[in-house]
Amino acid sequence: MPVVTHEQGTRVWMRRTRAGDLVAWLGWLIGVALTVLCFQFISDRTIWGFVWDAPAQAADLLERSVPPRWSYAHELWRAMWDTLNIATLGTVLAIATAVPVAFLAAYNTTPSALLVRPVALFVIVASRSVNSLIWALILVIIFGPGMLAGILAIALRSIGFIGKLLYEAIEEIDPTQVEAVTATGAGRAQVLAWGIVPQVMPAFAGISVFRWDINIREATVLGLVGAGGIGMQLQASINTLAWPQVSMILILILGTVVVSEWLSARVRHAII
Amino acid sequence: MDARAAALAWRPPPLIEAAWLRWAVYGGALLYLVLALGTLEVNWQRAAEGIERGGRFLAAFFPPDFASHWREIEEGLLESLTMTVTSTVFGVILSVPVALGAARNLAPLPVYLFCRAVIAISRTFQEVIIAILFVAMFGFGPLAGMITLAFATIGFMAKLLAEDIEDIERSQAEAVRATGASWFQLLAWGIQPQVLPRFIGLSAYRFDINFRESAVLGLVGAGGIGDTLNNALDRYEFGTAAAVLLIIIAIVLACEYASGFIRRAVQ
Amino acid sequence: MLVIEGLTKRYPTGDLALDGVSLTVPKGQVMALIGPSGAGKSTLIRCVNRLVEPTAGAVRLGATEITRLGDRALRRARRRMGMIFQEYALVERLTVMENVLSGRLGYVGFWRSWFRRFPLADIEEAFRLLARVGLDHMVDKRADALSGGQRQRVGIVRALMQDPELLLVDEPTASLDPKTSRQIMRLIIELAKERNLAAIINIHDVALAQLFAERIVGLHAGRIVFDGPAAALTPEVLTTIYGEEDWSATIRKVEDGDGDGDEPPSVEAARIAAAD
Repeated sequence: MPVVTHEQGTRVWMRRTRAGDLVAWLGWLIGVALTVLCFQFISDRTIWGFVWDAPAQAADLLERSVPPRWSYAHELWRAMWDTLNIATLGTVLAIATAVPVAFLAAYNTTPSALLVRPVALFVIVASRSVNSLIWALILVIIFGPGMLAGILAIALRSIGFIGKLLYEAIEEIDPTQVEAVTATGAGRAQVLAWGIVPQVMPAFAGISVFRWDINIREATVLGLVGAGGIGMQLQASINTLAWPQVSMILILILGTVVVSEWLSARVRHAII
Repeated sequence: MDARAAALAWRPPPLIEAAWLRWAVYGGALLYLVLALGTLEVNWQRAAEGIERGGRFLAAFFPPDFASHWREIEEGLLESLTMTVTSTVFGVILSVPVALGAARNLAPLPVYLFCRAVIAISRTFQEVIIAILFVAMFGFGPLAGMITLAFATIGFMAKLLAEDIEDIERSQAEAVRATGASWFQLLAWGIQPQVLPRFIGLSAYRFDINFRESAVLGLVGAGGIGDTLNNALDRYEFGTAAAVLLIIIAIVLACEYASGFIRRAVQ
Repeated sequence: MLVIEGLTKRYPTGDLALDGVSLTVPKGQVMALIGPSGAGKSTLIRCVNRLVEPTAGAVRLGATEITRLGDRALRRARRRMGMIFQEYALVERLTVMENVLSGRLGYVGFWRSWFRRFPLADIEEAFRLLARVGLDHMVDKRADALSGGQRQRVGIVRALMQDPELLLVDEPTASLDPKTSRQIMRLIIELAKERNLAAIINIHDVALAQLFAERIVGLHAGRIVFDGPAAALTPEVLTTIYGEEDWSATIRKVEDGDGDGDEPPSVEAARIAAAD
């Protein structure tokens, strides 16, 4: 109670009680202390000489990457095409898997809240927790380097993403519309198709396009671990310290990402 | 008869109104699929061999091997966690001024364009690419990872926060302005209370993302548990890799649970 | 005394919201501003405290020419004009007390307001005013937990906390039920009388305007088309303000007095300081 009445009868208002104030300050103190402690840990593992040298390094890097090697571009088109395919096919694969998983995970559509739902939720969580680059790392070990590992890595990571957002959308639908369809005597599948699917369709399309956009970005780095795409060229160029090639690749990635973002924004706009 | 003819002719309206566009989209999609699958280079023989290896990998989860490389795991884990904490704190603090500058209803046009440019740069490149550049600048180790994640956090937070600021209820801010409040008081009384819950929620969410990302930065030498995982996989020590993966999943789950709790609490 | 001369506002979209409006509101006068949606009522009162920047014309409050002030001086001048909003415009996530104290923002420095260390006199005044409007038991409730009538009373107290010379009131009853509307209007009038404040009240409800305001100004397409005492509001006048409609029912309601015991404020001297 922040209103305190003194003995003289004057009332004083404060934002928090004394105890509340104390807790707030203590919270801030702990937060700052933790940050300092963490930074200390990082600092111990840092060679500060290199860090002070960073501006010079950056200038040097910039100088060596300018101008980009424009002629290198024609060797990159194929890699860029592969990158787009990894992202797109991975997304398609993920959508095909995530849709049933989402319907199994949503409490209002799952066939069994006790048995099936936890399994579906586990699939979603496991897929989401692991970064696509780590998935790629594992898949390259298993299936060997190449686009297959890349596509599967993108798909495995995206199942969780699409599945989570989609099942949340399914759980948020308006139940009266479902009721109305059920009241017409529709069967289970009909209720799904007429009462639920139309309601989640915009969300579903939006989520898919959004994830595709993210996947383009992710696909540009999968090559660093050998899972195909333009990241392979990036890795090779960095290893040989061919900085003009690196800057050329970065420019190409920049262009692609900008275009894909524009495209996905347009599509999402059209849907909503 | 007319009614019957109309009934016969009725079709549900197609998703795309213009017929030529509809067929162009379908045709384009089909053509793309053919081309994409046609140029797909997959060494199926190598992939088939992988099935057996994949089985071994899965088997390694039962039970995972926490013990034999525990020191390495511990070191990587601590690096990841400290990196996550510091980068989230610094990134979130730095994102506030950028967000204010990137909100069209607060900032003048030149500031707005500059801040939007910062956001765009930070969001365009995947964290790993940025990490490569920072490692080249700052040397190997978690500091480069921390700076990478802080940089990515700025773009993420500033963009969403700026959108939130642009969406505030204007009448509340107007009422504060009408009392004769200064610009900073307008921020503190008219805007901050409206965006604070989401700001806290986003920060918690970004903490979550930063941890996940910190697990891969090790692949390019920016410190963290990714390095441990990479080494384990390089040595085909699937037991240790499984252990690392399980730890990552457990921490992500804990973070997600905590951030969900925080978001509900501040609502 | 508030003097408005030739006030004109053209929005960047090209819409002319105000077209050479001139008005004088003496101290202690309650003036209702009526007119159809889009007539420029909101723009007019927002031009007075320059939440909307006028295109041309002058606004003077006492000796201060508000339209000429720089940023800092404008903020000081805004303290002298309390504003009450349609839909309350409380900062919803702050408590009642914080909302009330926000009326003092123009008087305290930033850090003081940040740490909520307001002068004791302000807090006492806040308690006094909250008691006056019957909300002293809700000091620590969050604003979004209040009912419409309660919120608007907090809005009134916030405006009065500024210790204003002038009240700018924008559709105070737009989202309230009829009974609460009357209570709120009466409260505003009483408080304005107590403190001898001038007030400009934008209002949609013609009957309420007649009931509570001594002077009525009708705005149509950015121009003043009527300025006179409440009693002078005839169907013909309403037609010039709003356009053709059967107005007899609207007006009779007032002529009959009112059934639920509201006493019309004494239409004593409807001091019309005609602007033209």
